Amino acid sequence: MPDQLIYAIEVFFNGLMAGVLYALVALGFVLIYKASGIFNYAQGVMALFAAMTLVGVMEGQVPFAHLINAVLGTKVHHFGWHLPALVGIITTVLVMVVLAWLVQRIIFKHLVGQEPIILFMATIGLAYFMEGLGDMMWGSEIKKLDVGLPQGINLWIDETTYNIFDYGFFIDNLDIVATVIAIILVSGLVIFAQYTKEGRAMRAVADDHQAALSVGVSLNFIWIMVWSVAGFVALVAGIMWGTKSGVQFSLSLIALKALPVLMLGGFTSIPGAIVGGLIIGVGEKLFEFLVGPLIGGATENWFAYVLALLLLVFRPQGLFGEKIIERV
Amino acid sequence: MFYREAGDFSTTYREDSQTFPIRFDRLRYYAVLLIAFAVIPFLLNDYWVNAIFLPFLIYSIAAIGLNILTGYCGQVSLGTGGFMAVGAYATYKLMTAFPEISMVVHILLAGGVTAFVGVLFGLPSLRIKGFYLAVATLAAQFFLVWLFNRVPWFYNYSASGQINSPERTFFGIPITGANTEPWAVYLFCLVFVTLSAVVARNLTRGAMGRKWMAIRDMDIAAEIIGVNPLTAKLSAFAISSFFVGVSGALFFSVYLGAVEVGEVFGINKSFLVLFMIIIGGLGSIFGSFAGAAFLVLLPVFLKNVLVTGLGWPTDLAAHLEFMIVGFLIIVFLIVEPHGIAQLWRVAKEKLRLWPFPH
Repeated sequence: MPDQLIYAIEVFFNGLMAGVLYALVALGFVLIYKASGIFNYAQGVMALFAAMTLVGVMEGQVPFAHLINAVLGTKVHHFGWHLPALVGIITTVLVMVVLAWLVQRIIFKHLVGQEPIILFMATIGLAYFMEGLGDMMWGSEIKKLDVGLPQGINLWIDETTYNIFDYGFFIDNLDIVATVIAIILVSGLVIFAQYTKEGRAMRAVADDHQAALSVGVSLNFIWIMVWSVAGFVALVAGIMWGTKSGVQFSLSLIALKALPVLMLGGFTSIPGAIVGGLIIGVGEKLFEFLVGPLIGGATENWFAYVLALLLLVFRPQGLFGEKIIERV
Repeated sequence: MFYREAGDFSTTYREDSQTFPIRFDRLRYYAVLLIAFAVIPFLLNDYWVNAIFLPFLIYSIAAIGLNILTGYCGQVSLGTGGFMAVGAYATYKLMTAFPEISMVVHILLAGGVTAFVGVLFGLPSLRIKGFYLAVATLAAQFFLVWLFNRVPWFYNYSASGQINSPERTFFGIPITGANTEPWAVYLFCLVFVTLSAVVARNLTRGAMGRKWMAIRDMDIAAEIIGVNPLTAKLSAFAISSFFVGVSGALFFSVYLGAVEVGEVFGINKSFLVLFMIIIGGLGSIFGSFAGAAFLVLLPVFLKNVLVTGLGWPTDLAAHLEFMIVGFLIIVFLIVEPHGIAQLWRVAKEKLRLWPFPH
């Protein structure tokens, strides 16, 4: 086989792995959008916030340490303990649930029935607030996140492919783990949505708010639950991205990539989010590999958006979304 | 008491349909213009111009532009930063290519170029709407910033990848470059701001503005009563981008002088201008000014109180600013979706009756 083709195959697989991570973030968007019609721009910042909280809890940082020091003139920074990853994750999940409750209680309770675009702008405000809050609580420096996930080149794949093609593929262990976790998470969510009482209630709410209300489903509870689940998905995505490239502000921008993923796959479809994620992941890596060097590189920054833009002109509802029907 | 319209009779249609039909409003408007043009230039120093007046004036133009698109025509755009970058780079190319032509021409041409780019990225608005469109405009934001970062022709193959504005004069007075006088740059921008506001105000009062508002309120109904969505939406994109481009051109050439596109015209700039019009008031020219003033003054205020006054570290004040801005956005969307402009209107209503309650 020619070298170029082999490289392209390697790039393809790496793109697939990146796509899984995009899909993971996109999943959080779909969950909230389906259940409440809110297009949650803050999902990326939620992932960042969750990852920051996880690091902070594990490292025993004192929340708001900078603020406390500035106001009281003290010099606190760490509690002086190091917690195991599991404790940190459980604490962070609790924090995300409380956050979900607050968001629902303080913001979206007052905005029920508003136009979608108003809700969208409110989530942009929420994103700004959480970004400031996260930095204020845990400091804005780049943090290392290590919850014990394997990292580095997968030697088995490297050797096997070397024996076949005379060229070892570089595939990160972390990406493989991320893929496995994403598959487990998605199956878990599908089972939850299909077979549990709460899951069914959630689908009912997604179908029709008023009908669900009239058969005794508590909208409030479902919304808080959905925001919590989205917070949990954000945490998982935050752990993956954070382990890969450190916990820092750019995490929330990477998560923005989930938006074109969604537009490609359709806002209302969980399979759409996954397929869209894979298309974008593979597409941007291959585009960068094939076309990038010709036009200056770093095309990953915009490829996904422009692809989604072009697709939307021809198919406004995305690949898998429900057809948009307007009634007057 | 303070604000009355008693005895204010319009005897012609012209008088009745002028921009400020109430005499008190009109006088206030002239007073503001007089102070802005004839008093402030004498009181200015470098700090005031660079920290407050220039950013306020330039952001006002951007906010007016975005308000036309989002507030009047209902198309949310997150690409403002990218369009400002188009204006900045267009002026840069024109300034360096035709040094003998006046800056005013360059800035207006840069607005024209931006209008063209805006229409290109506005084309999808005919098929998609709401936040689909908002996300689609992110494509403009990221693509344009990448383009100016990676294609050397745009920054004249300079080694740093930055663009620097060379010195240009206007009637012999330097307005760009290192040797500018505070009052000169202030007046130069003020003229653009005043013209923008007058043009925008009259456009939005006229047939075009009504078409935009019809599209915003309900596009299908607007189509049925005979508004052509193609021309209405694209004209909103073009005119809005024109203003945004002019503001980007001024931002680069007069205010900053040197620009690194990813830092200055990144996505945060788009959000900043969007927040200005949400806080100031969607669909109001006055609101654009109020929002721009608010978000320019807030960091200055926080810095003076927290960093200078209380001795906090700068990064903490910056984080607090993020929280306050996000919080205010949410509060305004919940409590007063029409922003400061609506508060102003309510205050005027109260002043009319004061000291009586009814």
